[in-house]
Amino acid sequence: MTETLTGAQITVRLLERQGIRTLAGIPGGAILPIYDALGQSSLIHHVLARHEQGAGFMAQGMARVSGQPAVCLASSGPGATNLLTAIADAKLDSIPLVAITGQVPKAMIGTDAFQEVDTYGLSIPITKHNFLVSSAEELLEVIPRAFAIAASGRPGPVLIDIPKDVQMQAIEITHWPAPGERQPAPAADAWALSEASGMINAAKRPILYLGGGVVHAGASGLAVKLAEKAGLPTVMTLMALGAMPVDHPLSLGMLGMHAARYTNLALDECDLLIAVGARFDDRATGKVAAFCPQARIIHIDIDPAELDKIKTAHIGITADVQESLNRLLPAVATNARSDWRQRVDSLKAEHPFLMPDVDKPLSHFGLIRTVAACLDDEAVIATDVGQHQMWVAQAYPLRRPRQWLTSGGLGTMGFGVPAAIGAALAEPQRTVVCFTGDGSILMNIQELVTAAEEKVNLKIVLMDNATLGLVHQQQTLFYGERLFASQFKASPDFIKVAQGFGIAAVDLDHATNPCAALIEAISRPGPCLIHASIDAEQKVYPMVPPGAANRDMIGA
Amino acid sequence: MNATNHQEHQTLSRAVLEIDVNNHAGVMSHVVGLFSRRAYNVDGILCLPLGDSGQSRIWLLVNEDQRLPQMIKQVEKLEDVTGIRRHNADHAVFQNLENFFRV
Ligand SMILES: Cc1ncc(C[n+]2csc(CCOP(=O)(O)OP(=O)(O)O)c2C)c(N)n1
Repeated sequence: MTETLTGAQITVRLLERQGIRTLAGIPGGAILPIYDALGQSSLIHHVLARHEQGAGFMAQGMARVSGQPAVCLASSGPGATNLLTAIADAKLDSIPLVAITGQVPKAMIGTDAFQEVDTYGLSIPITKHNFLVSSAEELLEVIPRAFAIAASGRPGPVLIDIPKDVQMQAIEITHWPAPGERQPAPAADAWALSEASGMINAAKRPILYLGGGVVHAGASGLAVKLAEKAGLPTVMTLMALGAMPVDHPLSLGMLGMHAARYTNLALDECDLLIAVGARFDDRATGKVAAFCPQARIIHIDIDPAELDKIKTAHIGITADVQESLNRLLPAVATNARSDWRQRVDSLKAEHPFLMPDVDKPLSHFGLIRTVAACLDDEAVIATDVGQHQMWVAQAYPLRRPRQWLTSGGLGTMGFGVPAAIGAALAEPQRTVVCFTGDGSILMNIQELVTAAEEKVNLKIVLMDNATLGLVHQQQTLFYGERLFASQFKASPDFIKVAQGFGIAAVDLDHATNPCAALIEAISRPGPCLIHASIDAEQKVYPMVPPGAANRDMIGA
Repeated sequence: MNATNHQEHQTLSRAVLEIDVNNHAGVMSHVVGLFSRRAYNVDGILCLPLGDSGQSRIWLLVNEDQRLPQMIKQVEKLEDVTGIRRHNADHAVFQNLENFFRV
């Protein structure tokens, strides 16, 4: 059957055909035809964000919990520029996102028209790929392709810039393209896999190093199996937390800048590092030349450009992590590796991870653990960026892949609240908790009203130290205690702010029984802000000072 | 190669890259942007369409430092790049142009 449809209607239909049921955005002149068509859709629920960056992070939250590409919308000019931070964040953390922006009509491009900005040019370095669409017909190819690109290989954000006249152009459609899907990656090289299994079998002190790619590939279970079969102590990057339960006997938790000392010391002694879906990021490696100095390296990653980028691998395998681990497993010998595991255990005993005051529910670690005690593994844990983020990474018992949403690569303050809203929209059956700081929350505070409007089951735990804590820490430790621009001279009344935005709020500072107040706040459905003052002098410890080797940690 | 330790890239020699791309308005920015945003100097650029094939070929003359293998991998990842080949600096494509570049 032939239908006559506009570019805007085609766009909406293609999104429906992709299976998109929720998306976030803000309208404006140059994207109004698409909004007009979206308003007619009975399948898609549009979430009206209050800032385009919020919309971008909501889409990220949906994509991070589901693993499927999610969509955000913005108008031209300021709408598009407001989206950029969220797109860049998705690029660095390899999150599949399809951002659709309106653009001035084709005939006006290049004239400095009202709300014209070079969205295509601006987004080149922060997207996996981008498109400037020049006709309604082209949408039929571009939109499915954008989804395929976002989801295939190493996932990432794709931007589609659609001029207003293209949105209004009507064409006849007789045939719809198939939705864009994740394309399978080329198979892992059999020789390299057999070399890798030989190296694992021969190693005396191997360590498995898991990165976010393991989560993206849905390979967490396989990674745990590999570790168990071959007796591999396992470290995780910030992005991989949850891939192996932190309390698994083989887990050494997070590596790098804020790892436990024993984790970095074990890496120092390992003779084989098996890097899977990880990219040797500087926060993970510390001084590269001193990272795993005795180790041979097996590196498995779907992105060929990650191999040999920072560290040269003895065996490099460009392939899907899931496929590689599946084939590696049978070739790897069962090995309890008791000597090495005993050595690791003794490192653990000598250099334990300390959580001072964890039994006090209003200390930083105590608060995080008390929240954890109120929840099970079905909960989603999001964070903002700063000290609170690192403390949660260190102390929250993450046990499930896609349980953990944090801005790793870009480290974007303001990520937490909207990403958590997105997670709650995508998986409404779960409780979503966002740990945030008094600095970060203000960077997307406007989305509290979106949370109220959508009635999402979101608990925001605000760890208020009245400072930009991580900056305060760096100035204290590395800038001669010259605190500048890191202490707030004025702070909002966050309880009133939350209530003003229409969400419930609880102040643990004034609760007679903070634990009871916390349990009550978490178990009551709907959005809620939970405020707790914490000590500004607390540091994220231990830590690798800038430029140092991971073995040389300072503090606690 | 170690990206952080070899920022002081001593220039060894030059190389010529031959890159096949889909022909559309944005493709030059995609390719050249990869170099410029890493402060990797491109000394020469040539680009012409390949007949009516919808493809173009870009020739780049670049310094050959330790980052070149990484650059080639990054270029290969671009959606609109269908092929890349590396040649020595004495490749004829730029040499024959020298007449047009006399001060
Ligand atoms: C958008 C953005 N701006 C600046 C920074 C630099 N920065 C990193 S952490 C931090 C302080 C965060 O303060 P807060 O959210 O209160 O968390 P805390 O460290 O106190 O837990 C700053 C300013 C950043 N990461 N992101």
